[in-house]
Amino acid sequence: MYVEMKQINKTFDGFRASNNVSFGVEKGCLAALLGPSGSGKTTILRMIAGLDKPDSGDVIINKQKVNGIPGNKRGVGFVFQNYALFRYMTVADNIAFGLEVQKKSKAEIRNRVDELLRLISMEELGSRYPHQLSGGQRQRVAFARALAPNPQLLLLDEPFAAIDAKVRRELRVWLKGMIEMVGITSIFVTHDQEEAMEVADTVIITNQGNVEQIGTPEEICMHPQTEFVADFIDITRCEAIIAAR
Amino acid sequence: MKEKKRNYDQDVVGDGINSIQKVLEPADRDSNNIVKYALISICVLFLFVMLVVPLAVVIVNALKDGWTVYRRAVLDEYTIKALQLTLLATAAAVVVNTIFGIFASFLLSKFYFKGRQLLATLIDIPFSISPVIAGLVFILTFGNIGWMGNFLRNYGIKIVFAVPGIILATIFVTFPFVFRELFPVMNAQGKDEEEAAALMGAGGFTIFRRITFPHIKWALLYGIILCAARAMGEFGAVSVISGHLRGKTNTLPLHVEILYNEFNTTEAFAVSSILVILAVLILIAKNFVEWKKK
Repeated sequence: MYVEMKQINKTFDGFRASNNVSFGVEKGCLAALLGPSGSGKTTILRMIAGLDKPDSGDVIINKQKVNGIPGNKRGVGFVFQNYALFRYMTVADNIAFGLEVQKKSKAEIRNRVDELLRLISMEELGSRYPHQLSGGQRQRVAFARALAPNPQLLLLDEPFAAIDAKVRRELRVWLKGMIEMVGITSIFVTHDQEEAMEVADTVIITNQGNVEQIGTPEEICMHPQTEFVADFIDITRCEAIIAAR
Repeated sequence: MKEKKRNYDQDVVGDGINSIQKVLEPADRDSNNIVKYALISICVLFLFVMLVVPLAVVIVNALKDGWTVYRRAVLDEYTIKALQLTLLATAAAVVVNTIFGIFASFLLSKFYFKGRQLLATLIDIPFSISPVIAGLVFILTFGNIGWMGNFLRNYGIKIVFAVPGIILATIFVTFPFVFRELFPVMNAQGKDEEEAAALMGAGGFTIFRRITFPHIKWALLYGIILCAARAMGEFGAVSVISGHLRGKTNTLPLHVEILYNEFNTTEAFAVSSILVILAVLILIAKNFVEWKKK
């Protein structure tokens, strides 16, 4: 297992966001945290990134317990729900930021930025500002920015929520392709089961701070293990999506 | 009826909490026009009586006895001293309140902790409290009979009826200004960008300089201007704590009062005109900032 959560508990002002959460994600795997809003999936993602601290339990990345290690030393890239692009920096500066902070040489930064701009097919748009981009372009920049310092783990919080329904499908396919090409272990949060079933290798279903079931899309769809999962998953739709993969 | 093409989207005045939001074009009806022009007349009349006439009176009276008298009053030793003290107190208030305002709004907009609301309310106290009380509070704290009086006397530190007291009072009266301008802007920005930068390993100062500051710089400048304007005109708190020692603890507004009470009316108005000129300069700066911000 590359990422492991062991008996994680987390409470915010009396609200139980995580209730004895345990699961693992294999190296190179693309996992989805799927659940209704308020089910604690974003909290789990933030605890893996080090943005929130669990009250108890262990977060393990690459066989190392990282509870006491700050987020920037965990080797994770994070794509925020609204991308959180630095609005007063150009696309190229956004991508370069993490490398500049690491005091990489100018030439190295330039090469890496060019490489990433090519990867996301935005070579021409490096000098644009975030507000001059479409939703899909912003997502691609956020993706490139998260990848710039070569993280071993990519975390994405509702990566498609801010995108038009029309282009969402297209971007889903693009992102899945990119993640496979880069070969990075990734976990993304979504409330959209279609999205999870179409993109993920492993789906982790959360409900009211609990992990209800972990499995491949097929397993979840064919053999729901709890009443909640059976109720939550729309079997006919999911079967069609899995068949079309 | 003729269709109106005017777009009122551009008619937003100012920014942040002080902005006037866009006004929808009303249907072109006579009754509406009557209301509109009636309101305009009332506003203009009010501003004329309350603002334009008094300011004109200041200038007219200042120059009543001719240019020579005006020059003498303005270049008088005590006037210059008072101007210097006013500028010193203003500069101190601006520096201290800018630093404090940035810290406070950064804290309240980017961190969550118990008592945030209480802290935000406390910061607003100088807005609601009478400046005279502010002055008295400092006398009761730092004065001879005050709570820290003995301690300060033993170390030979003089705060009340001295320059430090004036600076303290000015800082007190103006401390919400920068915070009040910055806080809504920082709050609206959220903290995602800062978190993103922190996850990439940026330190606190780098985050502030590269992420937060570019977002708040115009609001900050605007807050500084308002703070300076208020600091220069402060009378109540400073009056209580100053002791009115001419050439020592007299600020411009206090100097005006003294001259006026001594029946030196022309001189009083001449010195007032300095404050008017400073106010106009600040207004110009404020409008420039507002225009630049767009």
